[in-house]
Amino acid sequence: MAMKIGEGKFKENVNKNMEDTFMRGAVASAQERLRTRRLDAAEELGNWEEWRSHGEEIRQHVLNNLDYYLHELAENLQKRGGHVFFAATADEATGYIREVVNAKGGKKVLKAKSMVTEEIGLNQVLEEEGCTVIETDLGEYILQLDEHDPPSHIVAPALHKNKEQIRDVFSEKLEYKMTSKPEELALHARETLRQEFLTADIGITGCNFAIAESGSVGLVTNEGNAGLVSDLPKTQVVVMGMERIVPTFEEFEVLVGLLTRSAVGQKLTSYITALSGPREEGDVDGPEEFHLVIVDNGRSSILGTEFQSVLQCIRCAACINVCPVYRHIGGHSYNSIYPGPIGAVLTPLLGGYDDFKDLPYASTLCAACTDACPVKIPLHELLHKHRQVIVEREGRAPISEKLAMKAFGLGAASNPMYAAGSKMAAAMMKPFTKNDRISNGPGPLKAWTEIREFPAPNKERFRDWFKEYEKGGGNQ
Amino acid sequence: MIHHRDSFLTNVARQLGRSRNTNVKPERNWQFRPQDKTLTDKTPNELLAVLRDQCQLIHTELIETTGEKLAGVLESTVNLYGGGPISIWQDARFEEFGLGGLINSTWPEQKVEVNEWNAARGRKNIADAERANIGITFSDMTLAESGTVVLFSSSGKGRSVSLLPRSYIAIIPKSTIVPRMTQAAQEISRRVQAGETIPSCINFVTGPSNSADIEMNLVVGVHGPVKAAYIVVEDR
Repeated sequence: MAMKIGEGKFKENVNKNMEDTFMRGAVASAQERLRTRRLDAAEELGNWEEWRSHGEEIRQHVLNNLDYYLHELAENLQKRGGHVFFAATADEATGYIREVVNAKGGKKVLKAKSMVTEEIGLNQVLEEEGCTVIETDLGEYILQLDEHDPPSHIVAPALHKNKEQIRDVFSEKLEYKMTSKPEELALHARETLRQEFLTADIGITGCNFAIAESGSVGLVTNEGNAGLVSDLPKTQVVVMGMERIVPTFEEFEVLVGLLTRSAVGQKLTSYITALSGPREEGDVDGPEEFHLVIVDNGRSSILGTEFQSVLQCIRCAACINVCPVYRHIGGHSYNSIYPGPIGAVLTPLLGGYDDFKDLPYASTLCAACTDACPVKIPLHELLHKHRQVIVEREGRAPISEKLAMKAFGLGAASNPMYAAGSKMAAAMMKPFTKNDRISNGPGPLKAWTEIREFPAPNKERFRDWFKEYEKGGGNQ
Repeated sequence: MIHHRDSFLTNVARQLGRSRNTNVKPERNWQFRPQDKTLTDKTPNELLAVLRDQCQLIHTELIETTGEKLAGVLESTVNLYGGGPISIWQDARFEEFGLGGLINSTWPEQKVEVNEWNAARGRKNIADAERANIGITFSDMTLAESGTVVLFSSSGKGRSVSLLPRSYIAIIPKSTIVPRMTQAAQEISRRVQAGETIPSCINFVTGPSNSADIEMNLVVGVHGPVKAAYIVVEDR
């Protein structure tokens, strides 16, 4: 599946997806649940702003010293008996993995959920080699069974499907005979996949964070599937985006806590596994052979630019869960495995403006995403930068700036308000803060907080904008 | 083997606008350290209370007992979870905590199958764990805030014992309880810095496995255990 998940134009996708009432209801309720859980988890932890600031400084430090830490990681993993392959492109990464799989005579490949393997189109390459590739994350497994339906959310990939649809997929593909109760569906997946785990040749996982000091790879799941994928097959391949690394276990801990709280509102997920190379002498389980593939695939060209901060991302989807535009158009409209605000920033950087120039306009610049980000990526500012680049440097805009400003409504008028608000917020907003969100700002901030607390106004603005866009604002 | 590292890192450094640095360790001067003041003022009993509350959120039964009563409590918990087959680590703590009689006499007499991890038996250990109704391990470190047991793998302490059986029981010596993941991370990092070889697998396990991938409904028990219990025991 590569990063791009459809050929449809953004406009057509939005039209189609806005008709999907189940999807839109599911997205709205999932957003609400995940958002609330995140806010509760942040409140319970306390000092949330301080944690975010610490997360931000760790991520910035790592990016600015990425050569050092990647070097250290590779040294330490090699000492543990692991193999490390630095891949400049998706093709180099998939080529190496194909060689490893073929060298082991691998036929059955089990995978734990990994966005970067989607990005490099790994499954397709291995399937062309004649391998059976099985996704083990329940959501990904459902999508794979359903003729490779693309993911619509980076944490909950099958969010757009209801349980009746899932039951129908299971009935057709797995001879499932039970009801649409989630417990029964999950139990069936457990039993089916358990046999696959026991007979797989190769396990492939992503990497939430690598740990440079020890040459370790950290995996975060709730289902326990990454643990099984790295426990039972004799050969393990880990694929990591080159920026997903921390200096030591101490920073690992901080970022894992930010990730699990921001993604699903849990203090920690059920399974966090730190793997340091292959099994040791005398160990019975764990892989005999361990390969780490470190993927650039366009990331290095973001370093040193005004967009560098997007590489701070820890893939929690908190920004997606607060985005009023995502709420209305769903994940598939973005045409990318990375949807929502983070996707609208990252996808054009990795995939180019030719295919993805519409995405930075899929935003009301309301800043809810920036507010939610646990590592303080200024997402709405980066979206605005994209628009500037598209207009000023690339000389093309999917819609005119003027029209965008007018149609978004928030545009120019809200920017000074936002700037004032963000400067004053820390000092002034304490009395008005509820669940770590400013809900009732005083005086001149009132308009600002009304917009930020209630996504509803944005909804109509996006639709107004979209109407204008369709009427002929497009492709100017 | 390390492939293509030089060209890759040279490019990274070039994009960052400087020459490559692989020798000088970067200074980490953090401006913020919220972890130093999170739960660090709690007494052991207060931490136990934090753990107790957290277990209610993670679908995990918490049982508190003394060293004298541990064997009885473990036996009844195993019965409650449907008995054997049982997989356990090869771990001196089972003897130290007075469980030798239960494991070597009581259960065999009751025809409860118990398989102790034994590297000499190779992959048979995995097959046993896969068949097991219950896996039992000690906790190497226990994180009160999140309700997490930290498991350090070794040749006698297979990863599969906490993952493959239908239910999982962790025995938590009270002295292993620390405030949160911060303290475990510091301990692991200390070992790394001291030049020790850390285990090839460190698992942070927090209750049973679960998923919310179907309409955001929480389902407890997906790939790993369906049920989990922690038995906290006063140290002997």
